[in-house]
Amino acid sequence: MYTIKSYVFAQSLDEAWELLNRDRQNNVILGGGCWLRLGKKRIRTAIDLCRLGLDQVRLADGFVEIGAYVPLHRLETEPLLTQRFGGVLGKSVENIVGVQLRNLATVGGSVFSRFGFSDLITALLALDTRVVLYKAGEMPLEAFLSAPIRRGDILVKLRIRDDGRVAAYQSLRRTATDFPVVAAAVSRRGNRWVVSVGARPGFARRSPLAAGVLERGEGCGAAGRAAARELPFGSNLRAGENYRRAVAAVLVRRAAQACEEGGREA
Amino acid sequence: MKVKITLNGKLLNKHIPNDMMLLDFVRKYGALSVKRGCDTSNCGLCTVWVEGTPVLSCSYPAARADGRSVTTLEGVRQEAEAFGRFLAAQGAEQCGFCSPGFIMTVLAMRRELKDPTEEQIARYLAGNLCRCSGYTGQLRAIQAWLREGQQAGEVQA
Amino acid sequence: MNYVNQAVPKLDSAALTAGQGAYTDDLATQNGCLVVKVLRSPHPFAKILSIKRETASRVNGVECILTWEDVPQIRYTLAGQSYPEPSPYDRYILEQVVRYVGDPVAIVAGRDEACVDKALGMLKVKYQLLEPVLDFERALDNPSVVHPEADYHNNFDIGGDPARNLVASGCDAEGDLEGALAGCDVVVDRTYYTKANAQAMMETFRTYTYLDHNGRLNVVTSTQVPFHCRRIIAHALGLSPARVRVVKPRIGGGFGAKQTLVSELFPALVTLRTGKPAKIVYTRQESFSASNSRHQMRVRVRMGATRDGIVRAVAVDALSNAGAYGEHASTTVGLTGHKSIPLYAKAEAFRFSYQVVYTNTMAGGAFRGYGATQGCFAVESAANELAERLGIDPAQLRLKNIPQQGEVMPAYYHEPLSSSRLPDCIRRGMELIGWEQNYPRVQVSDHLVRGVGMALTMQGSGISSIDTASATIKLNDDGYYTLLIGATDMGTGCDTILAQMAAEVLRCPLEQIAVDGVDTDHSPYDTGSYASSTTYVTGTAVVKACTQLVEQIKDEGARLLGIPAERAAFDGQAVSDTAAPDARIGLDRLAQTLVGGMNPHWLTATASHCSPTSPPPLMAGFAQVEVDLETGECRVLDYVGVVDCGTVINKNLARVQTEGGIAQGIGMALWEDINYDGHGRMVNDSFMQYKLPTRADLPPIRVEFVESYEPSGPFGAKSIGEVVINTPAPAIAQAIHNACGVWVRDLPITGEKILRGLWEQQGRTL
Repeated sequence: MYTIKSYVFAQSLDEAWELLNRDRQNNVILGGGCWLRLGKKRIRTAIDLCRLGLDQVRLADGFVEIGAYVPLHRLETEPLLTQRFGGVLGKSVENIVGVQLRNLATVGGSVFSRFGFSDLITALLALDTRVVLYKAGEMPLEAFLSAPIRRGDILVKLRIRDDGRVAAYQSLRRTATDFPVVAAAVSRRGNRWVVSVGARPGFARRSPLAAGVLERGEGCGAAGRAAARELPFGSNLRAGENYRRAVAAVLVRRAAQACEEGGREA
Repeated sequence: MKVKITLNGKLLNKHIPNDMMLLDFVRKYGALSVKRGCDTSNCGLCTVWVEGTPVLSCSYPAARADGRSVTTLEGVRQEAEAFGRFLAAQGAEQCGFCSPGFIMTVLAMRRELKDPTEEQIARYLAGNLCRCSGYTGQLRAIQAWLREGQQAGEVQA
Repeated sequence: MNYVNQAVPKLDSAALTAGQGAYTDDLATQNGCLVVKVLRSPHPFAKILSIKRETASRVNGVECILTWEDVPQIRYTLAGQSYPEPSPYDRYILEQVVRYVGDPVAIVAGRDEACVDKALGMLKVKYQLLEPVLDFERALDNPSVVHPEADYHNNFDIGGDPARNLVASGCDAEGDLEGALAGCDVVVDRTYYTKANAQAMMETFRTYTYLDHNGRLNVVTSTQVPFHCRRIIAHALGLSPARVRVVKPRIGGGFGAKQTLVSELFPALVTLRTGKPAKIVYTRQESFSASNSRHQMRVRVRMGATRDGIVRAVAVDALSNAGAYGEHASTTVGLTGHKSIPLYAKAEAFRFSYQVVYTNTMAGGAFRGYGATQGCFAVESAANELAERLGIDPAQLRLKNIPQQGEVMPAYYHEPLSSSRLPDCIRRGMELIGWEQNYPRVQVSDHLVRGVGMALTMQGSGISSIDTASATIKLNDDGYYTLLIGATDMGTGCDTILAQMAAEVLRCPLEQIAVDGVDTDHSPYDTGSYASSTTYVTGTAVVKACTQLVEQIKDEGARLLGIPAERAAFDGQAVSDTAAPDARIGLDRLAQTLVGGMNPHWLTATASHCSPTSPPPLMAGFAQVEVDLETGECRVLDYVGVVDCGTVINKNLARVQTEGGIAQGIGMALWEDINYDGHGRMVNDSFMQYKLPTRADLPPIRVEFVESYEPSGPFGAKSIGEVVINTPAPAIAQAIHNACGVWVRDLPITGEKILRGLWEQQGRTL
C-alpha cells in the first residue's frame, strides 16, 4: 500500500502539471489507483484529476476522443465505441478482472503505464491512435510507446481516427479474467492492414511484416506466421516463449480472418 | 483531510487520513458488511457503489469519494434481503463472507443489463470470487430472482 | 421425514446475506485493541544473528516487539489433531532459525496499522544464510538438514528420521505384489505430480485475543478446531489449559486450512505480555505464503490387469513434500493409498509405500481431500490408462472391479463396505454425460475436439476409533431447546444439519431449536470439523443425545401424569398416556413445571460418539472438455458428479458442497499453480497470480445423489464434505486425452502442456 502526505484535487491541468513537476519523484497523478496500491510508494502529493472532466468520450473533427479518466468499462458500453472498429476496444477490456475493477481502472492509467500485458494497448495499436500529452502534445501511440516514460507529463486523452476501419481482437488467457498469455488485434481498411501483438509478454508491438503479408493477399495464416517470426517473445509465469509464439500465430490469423469477414466477430 | 461523504444516505463530515481507502472508511463508520478478501483488487468482496456504480472499495481512495454518495449492502437492505432469500433457498450463500460484495454486484447488474443471458451474468459477475459454492447455486438463485422480478414487472404492467 | 432429507435454508442465512458483522474481525471492537503484525523471513533457510529493534520500538504507538529470545522454548505442532498428535513437535513461536520464506522473525504490536508498519520497516535483522532444500525430490539425505534441533519430538513413531529430512515413512501391503504383477497381461507404470494448492477460503486467517475479568486468555478465532486450538495454545504458551478459552464465531470458509493453527499464537502472546486486547488479520499474501497448503506429491502407480479387465495388482508409492514443518505430514499421505487402492477390490496384492520429506518451502497442512485427492488423481489416471491399453471402456473397467456392498476392503484397514450404490452412481453418470454418444471424442470443427473422461473416488466419514464428538441438548423452561455442539460450522451449514437431525428426533419444528456457537467454555467437546466427520460423527452424537432427552421427557411426563413410564408417548408437543390419549401434558407446561417448585428436574442430555469404522462416501465424476488443437486451450463444457453419501440430510447444502468441491477440483486440474523461484520465494502468492476458477471458467456443474443407507450413520448418512473434490483432476486429464491423445500427468494441465504434447505427436518440439 502507498502512503499519501497530501491529496489534491487539481482545478486545472496547469495546476496539476505544476504540482507534479514540483517533485517528480514523489508526486503522482492518480489514475484508477488499482496498480499504485500494489506498491509501497510514499507519495508526497497525490494529484487527482477527477474534477477536470476528463471522463468524456466524444467525436471531434474526424476523431473519437477518449478522456484519460474514462474507466475501462465505459469502452464496453459507450455506443460511440461499441459501434466503431468492430467494438474492438470494449472486447479488448471485457476480460479484465471484473466490472468493479473496470469501473475504476482508467484508459489514461492503462496507456500511460504501458504494461506489457495491456489488452487495451494491443487493441489501440491496431487503430490509428494518438496520445495527447499536456506538454508534449499529440503523438502517435507507437511513438509514445517507444519513447521513454514521460514522468513529468500528463496524459490528457486519446484520439482515434474515425476512419471506418474494421478490427478484431483475440486473446488467450489461463482463466477468463486473468492477464492474457498473448493477445492480438488486427484492423483493416480497404487493403490497409495493421497487426498488433501484445503480452509477448512485453508491451504490444505492431508487425509490419504481417500487415504486408495481408496486403499482398498471401493469407491470414501466413500473416500469423509472419507476426510470430517478426516479433520477439519471452517467458514469464504464465507461459514460455515458444508457446507464446505459437499461439500468437494462431490469434493473429483468427483476428485477420475476422476482419476479412467484416471485423464484427472477434 | 476533510471529506463530506454520503454513506447510505447519511452525510458524514469526517477528517480522514489522506491515504485511507474507501473500504476502511465505510467499515469505520459502521458498514461491517464490506469485507476484504485480497490485496490485489482481484476478489470483488469489497464491492460498494459510488454514485450507483459498483467499484472495489479496497482500491478507491476515500478522499476521491468526497462530495459523492456511497452505498453498501446496509444501504439497500430491502432489495438485498429479497435477493438474499433466493440465495439462501439454494444454500448458495455458504460461508457468507463473499455474499455482501456479490449481492452488491448482482443488484448493480440488474440495473445495468436487461434480461441478461447466462453468459452475460457470468461475465458481469466474474469479478466476484467465491470459493465455497462453485457458482452454480448462485446462478440458480440469480435466475430465479430475475424471473420473479420479471413476473412482478409484468403484473405491474 | 419432516426435516431430514429436506432442502432447509441455513439457520444463519438471513444474517449472512444481510452482511451482519458476525466474523472475527467484526467482533474485535474493544477500545485499545492492538494491531499485531509479523515480520517474516525473506530467506528460505537462515540463522538469525541479530535483530536491532531500538529504533522500531521508539515509533509512537508501538507497544510490543517480540523476537525469538522472548518466546517460550517449547516445541509444539500446529496441527489440529486429537492428542497425542501424529505430527512432529518441530516449531517454536519464533525461532533463531528460519526455515522458509515467510517464517516469522518478529512480532510487532501497536496502536494502529500505520505505526506497526513503520516499526516493521525499521527492524534490522542480520541473517547467516544456510543452503536451502527447495526440491522435494532431492530432500532425502540432502546435506542440508531442515530440522537438526535436539528437542525435536514425536509423540510416537511415524517412521521419520529428521537427520535424513524424513518426516515420516511407512508401508502397507498384502499378497505377493511382484508375483501378481508378473501374472498380469497388461501393466501400467506411471508417475504423477500434484501441486501444493492453496485452500484460498475468502476469509483469511485472523484472531482476536483479550484477557477477561478472571485474567483468562480469550481467543476469538477463525478456526475449524476450537478444542484442539485451546489445547495447543495452552501448551505452546506454557499455560494451564484452564486459563484459555476459545470462541469460534462465523467463519469465512476453511477447507482444511483452519484445521491447523496459523494466526492464533501471535496476538495471544501479545495479549499475555501487554495485558491488552490484540488482533491479527492476515493479508492474502500471508494467507498464501505463510500458512499451510495441500501437500505437493509425486505418486508412482503400478497397476496390472488380466485381459478380461480384472485388476490383479496395485502398487502406489508416494513422495510427499511436508515443507518446513510436519503438520499433517504422516496422515495426509496415508490417504493417498488407503482411499484409492480399495476401489480395485479384486486385486490379489497391493502395496502402498510412502515417504514424507522436509524442504524449505511453506508447510503443507490439511486441504479438503487430505491426500486422497492426490492419490485419486494418480490411481484413477492409471486406471484410465490401463483401460485404454486393455481396449476396455474405463467405466466398464470400474464396474468389473469395484467392491460390492458388504465386501471387506483389505486396503482400507479391512473395513467392510457397509453401504454402497457406486455401480448406480457410475451408470447414472454415464447417462447424464451422454457417455454412449460422447465417448471417447466428438470432432466439432477442424480445430475443436471434445472428449469425455471419468473417475471414481471414496473418502471416509470421520477418523475411526480416534476422533470423538459430543452434543448436548437442553429443554429450556419455555419448552424450546438449545442444541450445543463443538463441531464448527465454517459455512458448510453443519449447525443447520445437526438441528435438522435434532428436530427429527424431537419431532418439533426447526424453529423450536436454537443452535449455540462454539465456545470451549460451554460447548461439549468435539474434535472439530475436519476429516468429513461432522454429519456422521457429531450427527450420531446429536441423535443419541436427543433420543435420551425424549426418554427423559417421557419419564417426567409420565410422572406428572401419574402413569407408568412405559405407557407414555411423546409426539413432540405433549406427553400423553397411550391407554388414555386425552390425558396429556404439553411440553411447555412440562418444561415450566420441571423448573418451578419442589422436585425440580431441568432436563438436559449429553452424548458422545466415536465410530469404530469410517464408512466411505463414494462418487463417480464425469467431465466433458473441448480442446483447441491449435492453441492447446481446454474448456470444461460439462461436469457431472453422482454421489453416494448415504442419506442426504440437507438436499441443498449437500448439492452446494458437491458443486463447490467439484469447482475446486477443476481449479486444481487446470489452473491452480503454486511455484517457487530459485530463492525459495512463492511467486503465486496472490489472487492475481494464483488463479481460482471464476464463474466464467466453469460449466454449470450437474450433481445427483444416489442414496444408499449407511447402517452406522445418523438416519443412514455418511459424509459429503471432502469426497467431492477428488474426481475432476483425473476425469479431466482423461477427457483431454480422449479429445486429443495427449496425457498430462503433472498438474495443472495448462494449454501449454497440451500443445507441447500435440506437437510431439507430430514430431515437433514446442
